[in-house]
Amino acid sequence: MAIDPKLAGELKPAGIHVTSFESLINWGRSSSLWPMQFGLACCAIEMIAATMAKYDMARFGAEVFRPSPRQADLMLVAGTVTKKMAPLVVRLYNQMAEPKYVIAMGACAISGGPFKQGYNVLKGIDRYIPVDIVIPGCPPRPEALLDGLLALRKKIAGEKLIGDHRVRHADPKGTAEFPVPEYGAHDLQPAANREIWNPDPVVHEEAAD
Amino acid sequence: MNPDVDTILTRLRGALPDATVELRANPGPAEQHSLLVAPADLPGVCRFLHDELRFDYLSNVTGIDWPDPVLADKVAVPEDDEDSGDPGKATEPQGFLEVVYHLYSHPDRVGPLVLRVRTGDRTDRVEIPSVVSIWRSAEFQEREIYDLFGVRFTGHPDLRRILMWDEFVDHPMRKDYVAPDDFEYEPTPHAEVLERARTHYPATEKD
Repeated sequence: MAIDPKLAGELKPAGIHVTSFESLINWGRSSSLWPMQFGLACCAIEMIAATMAKYDMARFGAEVFRPSPRQADLMLVAGTVTKKMAPLVVRLYNQMAEPKYVIAMGACAISGGPFKQGYNVLKGIDRYIPVDIVIPGCPPRPEALLDGLLALRKKIAGEKLIGDHRVRHADPKGTAEFPVPEYGAHDLQPAANREIWNPDPVVHEEAAD
Repeated sequence: MNPDVDTILTRLRGALPDATVELRANPGPAEQHSLLVAPADLPGVCRFLHDELRFDYLSNVTGIDWPDPVLADKVAVPEDDEDSGDPGKATEPQGFLEVVYHLYSHPDRVGPLVLRVRTGDRTDRVEIPSVVSIWRSAEFQEREIYDLFGVRFTGHPDLRRILMWDEFVDHPMRKDYVAPDDFEYEPTPHAEVLERARTHYPATEKD
């Protein structure tokens, strides 16, 4: 429900702030993201740098890194997710309380990166958990991480909590848990969660044929 | 600086006359010559190198997969054509796995001394004696070689997989290992990748 800007403007000089409950909740959530404290590879070094004095992620309310998934609401997948590590990452995600968000930081977390053709690296964490923001780079600079964080804040601020197009965590039918893959003989079983991961099936034919 | 391999070999042969140790020269500018040791003689040779020649530091253990020659691309087809279609009856020099050790001596400030050990073949006779009792640093590296190449180190205190998960079968660093085909969309597939893309996402609509 939109707030009449004219009414809000009239009331503001009187010290009355008119807003919707949805906006208030989203403002609170976006202003105080608590990331989970874990890193998987070299991207984590940039993540750590972003929290330190020079880049100071605390400016955006996201400096409280929690060592427990129960207390965190932002999972920063910072680095290469090996197939051995992937089930643990999914399990940690499942243990986080709603609302929860995922940032895939760096080429590896997005697609496997330089290890995409290898035998032991997961080709993107979006195969198993829903990713809100992807930050390309190898690794992304702290500025890129901050930009991703601001993009996530913007996304949270625009979330619909009621109605037809509400977000997953506000939807009674939405799921907070995603299946944890099993270790198979050569690969994870299943190799991807097809309910959330369906890549573009288009194969671009060469111009010659 | 590189060790004097000839002197080491002479001393080795003097101390262990029964050991099969061969000099493999490296003609390149590095001149890192190596010693090819028979698997059975490895513990004795290593003990001698450690105790007498003061090679106190094992910096690196790694593996090499030498596949059966029939699997190699550039080997000419053998003349007797009857056998050529049967990879089970390969030509005489079978494939093998090789383990390479790099030894350093801190007191003498020399290294690396390169040791090479070869298994009998790639399937059954893949045992090599462990050197963990001599250099403790071999423990994890031997586990890694067991994990990725499938060399079984006899006498290793805890020979388990270290990088891959326990349920994994096969040894992924072998040349004939085929990774699972979990193909993912790529924006500009070409050549081999394009063929794989076609098998995974057959074109349904015309351009």
